[in-house]
Amino acid sequence: MADLPLSPLLAGGTAIERPARFAEFWRYFRENRGAVAGLVFVCGIVLLAVSADVIAPHPPFEQYRDAFLQPPAWQEGGSRAFLLGTDAVGRDILSRLIHGARYSLFIGAVVVSIALVGGITLGLIAGFVRGIVDTAIMRLMDVILAFPSLLLALVLVAILGPGLFNAMIAIAITLQPHYVRLTRAAVLSERSKDYVTAARVSGAGPLRLMFVTILPNCMAPLIVQATLSFSNAILDAAALGFLGMGAQPPTPEWGTMLAEAREFILRAWWVVTLPGVAILLTVLAINLVGDGLRDALDPKMKRS
Amino acid sequence: MLGFFARRIAILVPTFVGVSFIAFIFVRLLPGDPVLLLAGERGLPPERYAELLHRHGFDLPLWQQYLIYLMHLASGDFGSSFATKKPVWTEFFALFPATLELSLCAIVLAIAVGIPAGIVAAIKRGTAVDHTVMGAALVGYSMPIFWWALLLIIVFSGWLGWTPVSGRIGLIYFFKPVTGFMLIDSLLSGQKGAFGSAVSHLILPTIVLSTIPLAVIARQTRSAMLEVLGEDYVRTARAKGLPPWRVVGLHALRNALIPVVTTIGLQIGVLMAGAILTETIFSWPGVGKWMVDSIFRRDYQVVQGGLLLIALTVMIVNLTVDVLYGLINPRIRHVR
Repeated sequence: MADLPLSPLLAGGTAIERPARFAEFWRYFRENRGAVAGLVFVCGIVLLAVSADVIAPHPPFEQYRDAFLQPPAWQEGGSRAFLLGTDAVGRDILSRLIHGARYSLFIGAVVVSIALVGGITLGLIAGFVRGIVDTAIMRLMDVILAFPSLLLALVLVAILGPGLFNAMIAIAITLQPHYVRLTRAAVLSERSKDYVTAARVSGAGPLRLMFVTILPNCMAPLIVQATLSFSNAILDAAALGFLGMGAQPPTPEWGTMLAEAREFILRAWWVVTLPGVAILLTVLAINLVGDGLRDALDPKMKRS
Repeated sequence: MLGFFARRIAILVPTFVGVSFIAFIFVRLLPGDPVLLLAGERGLPPERYAELLHRHGFDLPLWQQYLIYLMHLASGDFGSSFATKKPVWTEFFALFPATLELSLCAIVLAIAVGIPAGIVAAIKRGTAVDHTVMGAALVGYSMPIFWWALLLIIVFSGWLGWTPVSGRIGLIYFFKPVTGFMLIDSLLSGQKGAFGSAVSHLILPTIVLSTIPLAVIARQTRSAMLEVLGEDYVRTARAKGLPPWRVVGLHALRNALIPVVTTIGLQIGVLMAGAILTETIFSWPGVGKWMVDSIFRRDYQVVQGGLLLIALTVMIVNLTVDVLYGLINPRIRHVR
């Protein structure tokens, strides 16, 4: 049975197809100008985050005692030394924002990784094993979805203790069910297809069937969902930081910066406005990329 | 049809048991000794401590505590707040109308603006109008709403002085709640200016809370309309020479609305999450702020009961949406 002509053919087929598939995806993605702009912006943020130590004009925790609540450079009373002004204890806002990019990207990456790995594993098991395991997993996901996500994250953080790391775990748990559902649905629609049967007949074990045969064919919706939850994770982490349950001061996390700035809301607009602009622009750019990915990867959208 | 209802409700039962278990176990995991919290700053002699531990059942094994808890739930007892000593149920129902009023206003605003915006964008596809509307929707969708709230406060309360910053109504007005909805109660009270005050307190929180659902509804309406506008029956309607508003308003819209209704239903859960932030920022005395305050105060019973009641609300809303959807679209009933 090993010398069946079918399997080398199949293997050769996918090897030729892969680069072509990426080229096709890129062709569709490139057409969407918003998505390309978003991608460029996200790359810029990544560069900023990576080189924060070099680019930021001041250290993020340095307090300049002669410059409390100094307005941005272009306003009266501002100075060239602090382009976007200083906060209530005299720290340079621009530098803190640049360093904050690190936290936001880190949060997004970690949360999505945890949710993706956990969600894919549970979804594959549920869709593949079916029966009582499937029911148990899906009911558990229903239970998680029955709680408003931010409330669940708040209570989880209250249990684990406030802090950035615990906030990330809590957010990942609230985002997880979406991945489980997506993976399970994709597995259910794929598992009865001919190529899966062929792999099963030629002796592939359940683990190989799950991860090597089926999973690559379910990736498109998962990639789109991953992009969208990347931005959700940033928003939720900022919200938790804002409520005092996320990153703790003096961490230059954007949501935490907003929480610290709240009392100056009517006296110093820049302390409140700028971290929010940073969150909004980053999330917006990631969502633009996500929309572009969805349009390029979803065959239904291609014809319209 | 009855079978469809029965199946839907049957799915809810294990979910509810799961929710109650999670709420129970979470609260046991919260750091801090509930009895010491109950005692406050003064501390307790050991014998009094043991007595309190016993009276609240904290000395029993966990599974027994859970069973007792379930029995209490079955008789409608959600526990009492450590801080105020009032039943959680009573507190929830005193505060729920405030959240409901805010959420209803927000969802009405989101629908009233989102659906027309989506329709216009779909009809004017590819034009500047489409790009503007969809750009605005994407910004709304990406908005950190707690920051959006602060911005609106800076502009409308700080600079312009048009709207108040917090609460549901001016302090000079006082009347007994009848319905719990401030808009209705203020009218019923007959006090001059009360209604206006209630409205002005409601405007900013409503805008903030409706931002994300509005963006989602506009995007969903646009894509549903685009899908429907390409269908044969729309072409037929156009070919018959029907005026464009009839084609769009009757033939296309009615079919496009089905997925939009689902989206609106799903947004209710999102609203409850958004209400936590919105209510906290505007000091809106609703369920969301109550939960946040209780978490910070470590008021075990309130967190536990509140989690359960909020989850139950979300589940009931989702069930209602499901059933309504089954009524609109008979195909759904026979799936699964």
